[in-house]
Amino acid sequence: MKDNVLIKVENLKKHYSGGKVKALDGVNAEIKKGEVIVVIGPSGSGKSTFLRSLNLLELPTDGKITFDGEDITAAKVNINRHRQKMGMVFQHFNLFPNMTILRNMTIAPMKLLGKKKEEAEAQAMALLNRVGLADRCNAYPSQLSGGQKQRIAIVRSLCMSPEVMLFDEPTSALDPEMVGEVLDVMRELARDGMTMVVVTHEMGFAKEVGSRVIFMDEGRIIEEGTPDEIFRDPKSDRLKSFLMKVL
Amino acid sequence: MMFDVIGQWLNEQRELFILNFIDESRWKLLLTGLGNTLLITLFATLIGIFLGIIVAAVRTTYDKNGEAMAFHKSIGYYVLKIANVLCKLYLTVMRGTPVVVQLLIAYFIIFASSDNGIMVAIFAFGVNSGAYVAEILRGGIMSIDNGQFEAGRSLGFNYLQTMIYIVIPQAIKTALPSLLNEFIALLKETSVAGYVGLVDITKAGAIIRGRTFSAFMPLIAVALVYLILVTLLTWAVSKIERRLRKSER
Repeated sequence: MKDNVLIKVENLKKHYSGGKVKALDGVNAEIKKGEVIVVIGPSGSGKSTFLRSLNLLELPTDGKITFDGEDITAAKVNINRHRQKMGMVFQHFNLFPNMTILRNMTIAPMKLLGKKKEEAEAQAMALLNRVGLADRCNAYPSQLSGGQKQRIAIVRSLCMSPEVMLFDEPTSALDPEMVGEVLDVMRELARDGMTMVVVTHEMGFAKEVGSRVIFMDEGRIIEEGTPDEIFRDPKSDRLKSFLMKVL
Repeated sequence: MMFDVIGQWLNEQRELFILNFIDESRWKLLLTGLGNTLLITLFATLIGIFLGIIVAAVRTTYDKNGEAMAFHKSIGYYVLKIANVLCKLYLTVMRGTPVVVQLLIAYFIIFASSDNGIMVAIFAFGVNSGAYVAEILRGGIMSIDNGQFEAGRSLGFNYLQTMIYIVIPQAIKTALPSLLNEFIALLKETSVAGYVGLVDITKAGAIIRGRTFSAFMPLIAVALVYLILVTLLTWAVSKIERRLRKSER
């Protein structure tokens, strides 16, 4: 059972301005292999900070994060090695504007995994085919729509063959008609058994794809459970009032 | 007659020209001066680039990666912290005092035992320019959206790889025009190099003026030389800028 846990978060805290602002205030969570964890909550609840802490883009003030059995918050940890196995997708895509789509996808596997160009490109093309964007492989990011950019950002992360994918509000910057195509890719990824942590406002996605939903507010996890438990039978008043507003 | 007046004036100018530039081969003095001006500018530019890169690297690394280094309790953090303070001090002093004063301090205090004015001038202008180059490079790097940096780091690139593969190629495009303009400004700034007993183009003009007691010809000649040099360089910069814009996506 213990082997199944991919990421373990213990008493995670993130304080700003000497403790006056508590973005995270003692978060505990376990993410098992193959789970799709959807994190919901009002803005400012700390859900993005929580997600960004998992690969230490956000440095916690206190607490412990164990990934693959290693404490990545310890001193002298080679975080770069761990990050290779934690793909991340950002709200604003963050594709490299000066590189073609193919280069965006091959640079990390080539430089970090020592893959040959042909090998990296073959892998990238296979992934592009999966998301239906193979014909755009030589385009530059500025020539793509938001939905296309985000699909590229997802497969760029997949090129590193990560063990877990972190999604930081992946559809929040998209025009409404483009949200679907990105969620489709994520849905397919979940079906393939990828471990995912998704911060999102897409409640439909949470209900349908999430294996567990975490509701956060004021830097704490208020409630967590299966989508059924969270959406059909919310216990806390804060979750109830949040769901009233978003559903 | 009108033509007589013009003819007489032209004749006077011709004589003044001969007096200022041809007699005693005074043009050679201007040529030597030009050579020294270019020499000082070129080597000061090289020193400026070298120092600028180091200072910009320290400052941006401290800003962008210092927190993470402290988090992972790397000893490098303390070295970096001290280096950052030193760099800030350097920037404050270099940008807070006139370059002439720096030049005089270099010549009369730091290198008081040396009378090689050109070396001292190269040193002083180079060290001064390094401060401006550093801030231009830092500005270029900081102007790149932090999301680019985070995307690189999230893929597993370490700090240096992220800078080299992702951030710097984009930052260069932003910083290059300002950087080239800094070197054009440096060329003009070296006109005060005559303070330390060397003959640059401005000083050459002054020497001629002192000997011939005529101000117009030598000063205008000096001004024209600067103008031509700056115009050429500015034209080259605008060419490079256009090229950069074309490659922009």
